[in-house]
Amino acid sequence: MLNKTIYLILIISLVFAISFWIGFNVNLLPTEASINAPIYDELFKILFIIGLIIFIGMTIAVIYSLFRFRKRNDQIGDGIALEGNLSLEIVWTIIPSIIVLLIGLYSYNIYDRMGGMKELNHNHEMMSSNSEKIWAGISQTSDNEIAINNLSIEVSAMQFAFLFNYPKGNFISGELHVPVDQKVSMKMESKDVIHAFWVPEFRIKQDIIPGQPTILNFTPTKVGKYPIICAELCGPYHGGMRASIIVEEESDYNEWFNKNKKPEVNL
Amino acid sequence: MTISIDPQKTNNESLQPKGWLRYFSFSLDHKVIGIQYLVCGFLFYLIGGSLASAIRIELASPMSDFMPRDVYNQVLTLHGTIMIFLWIVPVVNGAFGNYLIPFYVGARDMAFPRLNAVAFWLIPPSGLMLVASYFVEGAAQAGWTAYPPLSITTPQSGQIIWILSVLLLGGSSIFGGINFIATIIKLRRPGLKLMQLPMYCWAMLGTSLLVVLSTPVLAGTLILLSFDIIANTGFFNPVLGGNVVVYQHLFWFYSHPAVYIMVLPAFGLVSEILPVHARKPLFGYTTMVFSIMGIVVLGLVVWAHHMFTSGTPPWMRLFFTIATAFIAVPTGIKFFNWVATLWGGKISINSAMLFSCGFIINFVFGGITGVALAQVPFDIHVHDTYFVVAHFHYIVYGGTVFIIFSSIYHWFPKVTGKMLNEKLGILHFIITFIGFNLCFAPQHWLGLNGMPRRVAEYDPQFQFVNQISSLGALLMAISTIPFLINVFLSVRNGKNAGDNPWNALTPEWLTSSPPPVENWEGEAPLVEEPYGYGKEISERK
Repeated sequence: MLNKTIYLILIISLVFAISFWIGFNVNLLPTEASINAPIYDELFKILFIIGLIIFIGMTIAVIYSLFRFRKRNDQIGDGIALEGNLSLEIVWTIIPSIIVLLIGLYSYNIYDRMGGMKELNHNHEMMSSNSEKIWAGISQTSDNEIAINNLSIEVSAMQFAFLFNYPKGNFISGELHVPVDQKVSMKMESKDVIHAFWVPEFRIKQDIIPGQPTILNFTPTKVGKYPIICAELCGPYHGGMRASIIVEEESDYNEWFNKNKKPEVNL
Repeated sequence: MTISIDPQKTNNESLQPKGWLRYFSFSLDHKVIGIQYLVCGFLFYLIGGSLASAIRIELASPMSDFMPRDVYNQVLTLHGTIMIFLWIVPVVNGAFGNYLIPFYVGARDMAFPRLNAVAFWLIPPSGLMLVASYFVEGAAQAGWTAYPPLSITTPQSGQIIWILSVLLLGGSSIFGGINFIATIIKLRRPGLKLMQLPMYCWAMLGTSLLVVLSTPVLAGTLILLSFDIIANTGFFNPVLGGNVVVYQHLFWFYSHPAVYIMVLPAFGLVSEILPVHARKPLFGYTTMVFSIMGIVVLGLVVWAHHMFTSGTPPWMRLFFTIATAFIAVPTGIKFFNWVATLWGGKISINSAMLFSCGFIINFVFGGITGVALAQVPFDIHVHDTYFVVAHFHYIVYGGTVFIIFSSIYHWFPKVTGKMLNEKLGILHFIITFIGFNLCFAPQHWLGLNGMPRRVAEYDPQFQFVNQISSLGALLMAISTIPFLINVFLSVRNGKNAGDNPWNALTPEWLTSSPPPVENWEGEAPLVEEPYGYGKEISERK
């Protein structure tokens, strides 16, 4: 009996050790290029480790039972007539409930840190009338107010392209240029069907919906060129509906902005 | 009140064709209808599988080069619709439900035999219509979700045929659900208590409640969508002031419970198979019943987790995160109970057992990614990517389809009186298990790293992993061959099974194989302990 307990403890600690090792050493995610990304990856790591422990544990239990309790050729008759065990049932109701609850609270915390629970206090007054209802999205990040200036961009999506309107510069671009470490606030609307704005390196996604503007705020942290991918089936060329986001130093961004800027037209 | 059917009243034997011809007739025998569902479903599975192969061929290279882009969208739409509405739902509910439920409640047939036959005969025409729409003017190409405004703006005839077909299939499903509820509640043999029923009855009761509560919502939604297409109404058309997000709410109000309509019957079937081959009682009967009902209740209030990146307010995202994650608790209880059922048994390692254990491993994996997907911040990155594709194939293929095969190996001797070949069965399991995991496990990585779903072309950096996935799909296609050979050989030349080759205790094994038209020659036996393994006969009640 004592021997069995020791083996059990040994196996459980081995499962934990393997899961933690894999969780900390195997990276399944792309580059982190926004404030959201490290927060996301922290959640991913925790879920990955818990998932591995459960999966490896259950798989070992199934394979071990198949091997240990397989019917030998000389055996006849049935296994033990065990119909249940109330204390075991209570254990495996309560423990998963606690795990699920803790994961839920933790992911609430993560979501809050990403700015998901914030009011959608966008500053697009120039563009939106008061009657317009802004639907969902992710608002600003709260803890990391690196950004002093907010960069406001209007995104319109259509079959099969994204257009980025810079209202302050009075021009439209097919490529999204943003300065590094500054908060970008986007108001997005679709001209035809539902599209989605996804930058894997930023770990953010938001549908772009016809008739209902959505808001997406993010702060890039790493200079580079990343893909913008449409993630919602939008027609035959859906797979080709991509654009690029170019995160650059502020001086480079200003140079690009001034080159494209057009004088305001007074009507 | 329980009703026992008077054999003389339902005995229309003289009007029914005999032999193999009865499978092509408007038969009222629940066993014939069950087999009709199974074979019809399997034929559609082969069509849906060919479409899946076409998708994996297209995705073996990063360019869109195997078929035109709009055809690719038609193929993925048909693949999803066929697999869900013509293979999995009709087979786990209609086929096994019709065959087994009357045995389990001790009845001679279902409560409404004619409704039952109507429910089945709606399926072949609507399925053929759906497939034929490809040849009319192009099939539907807005995905099986048919989100407007895309479904309103794509070519109309295909989309309208799709709606009509799904409406008919939904009707068939509702008829079936009503029939199962009535049969389980009202046709129980006198003396048989609810808490003595085999677990599959509880699973079908829960599933049928979900079918009856949620399918009408889908029907209503699709009718409104068809008005938008045909009559230029503006329910979901933003140009006319419609709201596209409302469609998503209505659609997922059915289509999330539809996941449980696909997996709960599988949970029931595996609860029948494991005790027989492990020679042990089903562990924790009462908690299993309550966890099924828990899943039914929770399953109705989690739909918006499909819409975390659509227009949903923050509080709604939070509520649906918690509700969805909590489904893991009753589901987890069931899995722990199945492993506990194996523990200490005398397990026969045969095809039915292997497919059931494969189901446990695959489904646990899919369940874990499911809990992760329920978390809003997690989902925002991977929603609408290959991570989601991998997740739901782990649930519906690794879960339900594995159980469909397990059930075929388990009940084939009852239906035909012949045994299936075990060597071919184990070969079938090995190829399916390796092929399935090779096909879908790498797709998690693809989704995390930036490959969206439903695309015909992708970033070339993903080519190698996509080719591994396509190789897995090839193995899955090959795995069908030993299965088909096995079925055809065994139907003709299989070893005689006898009435009860597994020494099982559930009522369908207490009659001849194949069973007579009215199920038992005499009175239906009263089985109070369907899982009384390990007890002396005298101890069994």
